[in-house]
Amino acid sequence: MSEPFEPVIIGFTCNWCSYRAADLAGTSRVKYPPNIRLIRLMCSGRLDPTFVLKALAGGADGVLITGCHPGECHYLEQNYKTLRRFTLLRRTLAQFGIEPERVRLVWASAAEGARLAVEIGKMVEEVRALGPLNWQGVIADDGDPPIAIYHPQSEWVQGVAA
Amino acid sequence: MSPERIGVYVCHCGSNIAATVDVEEVALWASEELGDRGVVVARDYQFMCSSLGQELIEADIKEQGLTRVVVAACSPHLHERTFRTACKRAGLNPFLCELVSIREQVSWVHTDRAAATEKAMAVVSGGVERVTLHQPLEPLHVPIHPATLIVGGGIAGIQAALEIADSGYPVYLVEREPSIGGHMAQFDKTFPTLDCSACILTPKMVDVGGHPNVTLLTWSEVERVDGYVGSFTVTVRKKARYVDESVCTGCGICTEKCPVRVLDNTYEAGLGYRKAVYRPFAQAVPKYPVIDRENCTYFQRGKCKACQLFCPTHPKAIDFEQKDEILQFQVGNIILATGYDLFDCRRIPQYGYARLANVFTSLEFERLCNAAGPTGGKIVLRDGVTEPATVGIIHCVGSRDHNYNPYCSNICCMQSLKFGHLVKERTGAEVFNFYIDIRTAFKDYDEFYQRVLEDGVHFVRGRVAEVTDAARLPGEEGKLIIQVEDTLLGKQRRIPVDMVVLSAALQPRQDSTEVAYTFGIACSANGWFIEKHPKLDPVATMTEGIFIAGACQGPKDIPASVAQGAAAAARVLGRIHQKELALEPVRASIIAERCSGCRICNNLCPFNAISYDTARMITEINPALCQGCGTCVAACPSGAITGTQFSNEQVLAQLYGLLLLNVSSGPVQQPQPALVPA
Repeated sequence: MSEPFEPVIIGFTCNWCSYRAADLAGTSRVKYPPNIRLIRLMCSGRLDPTFVLKALAGGADGVLITGCHPGECHYLEQNYKTLRRFTLLRRTLAQFGIEPERVRLVWASAAEGARLAVEIGKMVEEVRALGPLNWQGVIADDGDPPIAIYHPQSEWVQGVAA
Repeated sequence: MSPERIGVYVCHCGSNIAATVDVEEVALWASEELGDRGVVVARDYQFMCSSLGQELIEADIKEQGLTRVVVAACSPHLHERTFRTACKRAGLNPFLCELVSIREQVSWVHTDRAAATEKAMAVVSGGVERVTLHQPLEPLHVPIHPATLIVGGGIAGIQAALEIADSGYPVYLVEREPSIGGHMAQFDKTFPTLDCSACILTPKMVDVGGHPNVTLLTWSEVERVDGYVGSFTVTVRKKARYVDESVCTGCGICTEKCPVRVLDNTYEAGLGYRKAVYRPFAQAVPKYPVIDRENCTYFQRGKCKACQLFCPTHPKAIDFEQKDEILQFQVGNIILATGYDLFDCRRIPQYGYARLANVFTSLEFERLCNAAGPTGGKIVLRDGVTEPATVGIIHCVGSRDHNYNPYCSNICCMQSLKFGHLVKERTGAEVFNFYIDIRTAFKDYDEFYQRVLEDGVHFVRGRVAEVTDAARLPGEEGKLIIQVEDTLLGKQRRIPVDMVVLSAALQPRQDSTEVAYTFGIACSANGWFIEKHPKLDPVATMTEGIFIAGACQGPKDIPASVAQGAAAAARVLGRIHQKELALEPVRASIIAERCSGCRICNNLCPFNAISYDTARMITEINPALCQGCGTCVAACPSGAITGTQFSNEQVLAQLYGLLLLNVSSGPVQQPQPALVPA
């Protein structure tokens, strides 16, 4: 028996809500799997979609994006911009042949520590089930187009060829 | 090899961290594995936040010449300031210190010691990579101009103006109507004490009007606000009054001589008349009248000038040539107290307002009760003589109704109880209150409710279905019949009355969204201005230097409006006393050479910090308006916008560290240069 696959997930959090939710999960001693590593941004609106691509290219198996609930943004409305970018990003990722479950958007207010923990747990399980992404190394960094796009088994290529 | 000399400090937090994370191992790992990345010292300590722990860092900064510090301990929301201050004491810029959380986000949420230790290492590694790219920052200091603009001269605005002016600072009070006073000036009695509204309001109005520190700009509107906290430039349009304020004595002869009678829809709520040259009411502040251009015979037909003819001053105070004036002045802070509009009861046709003569709105009823009102305080039907024998008061008209406004308008219960009491007191008529719930939640309010119950006012629990004049049963002829399901009796009732009063909802001002846009603040879905925090910061807004008070923030009664007016004034006074404000240096800025002028970022900023320079064809960011969210940074396709403390490079460096791409034992032998821009 080989060891179970332990995915690495990068989580982007908003300073005002989801980072505080993560803190709250801690102070309430709610447990979740250690596979997630968090990065604090001031707002989910700060999330440049390339951060997600870089994370996946750098070895992450999944990325969790978190922010304030719609209508509750600390900066009034920036999380709506996150939502737009996320929708677009998901389509882009699908074209790269990446399962949509690997990148997820979760709204979590500063009071939802327990909920955030549950969402992290769910995501870790789903990504574990998907297996390693292994994008890193597939993507060359010398400016050539990413190999994954041309991979014969990539859904996108098959879709175009058909 | 990193040019920086980094110190890593791993905290045990007693056993809070040490029980789940092998802190010694983390420190050892950091010094061995991250040595190439600039780590020169890595220590673990029982309590880093203790004074001994802080001294440890300070000593290392001085002795080892550290240029960056990473503390792995609790959440930055808890102790970031502690460690930044420690660095500052040792002569290191506080922003060169990074606190990474291995307690709330590692030891307290994980149970597997090996996995938690490994995650702690990754978190430390992320912090080390990120801190290398940190830059020394200084908080942005902006001076605070001592003057304050207050928009809206209702009771909240008046209270705020007096608080600030009495403290010795200049106030500009801008009011759209010819007189200050707001809705409160229209009321007769105030609940629950039944004080005469004018008796408690007019002295305050006079105080404001004559205050040496208050510049009163009535019949004026704010057109534009530029600048930012501490130095706003405000442009106000002072509409032409056609009366020279420097000459007018307020004698009122012009009003007396004016031949035109106009239905007064504003102050008298459509129940009374005024002249074309008028003061809204006798105690108006300022005392100068206004000529209503639309209804003035001279302006419409070119002759009359009766007012000018009879004006006793020399030179004549009436000046038909007067033009709108544009005033510009500087203020440091702004308080918005723009109040509310009353719900338009015609939107509920089944209640018959404006169709059935004897259906009144709450504001009309206030004017009926008012001794200075059109009927001299007599509660009579629309014919002006008949006293009603029965009065029905309907609560929640346009409130708590998903067809109109979902919220509770807060004041209507008490207002309706007050109406019931006044009817009983003045006419002896029978009174029916139709309510959903009675909400009398503040000091002495429920006592007032008990008193009204003892007055013999009837209460029917149920939402009124219809008010009609179609009689069906004997005794209904010539009456208004209120059809309601009495939910306590569990049956339909038809109650014939002579007069119906609709306790109409409070609504945001019709132009509240435009006003919010002018001042760079936000409105809720209902249209009320949004406060910074509903509980902990109720009068501030997300835009620095803009405060809100009174009913523009949500429906509220007089005591609450006064409290907010005073609270907003206190916040402003605090600012003025500080003389300057230190703003967090987390800001976006534009590298002009890289900006292509595409303007993609221009519409992203809710704080109006981004503007386009048409001459240079590039975008600019005002650092004092920027709140540092970074949305524009993420949107810029040329990478021309950078965010201090959250630059692309810093975030990607942290990512690189978190994924352990920086260590030889990590998943990749060769770090990918593309991941971390130089």
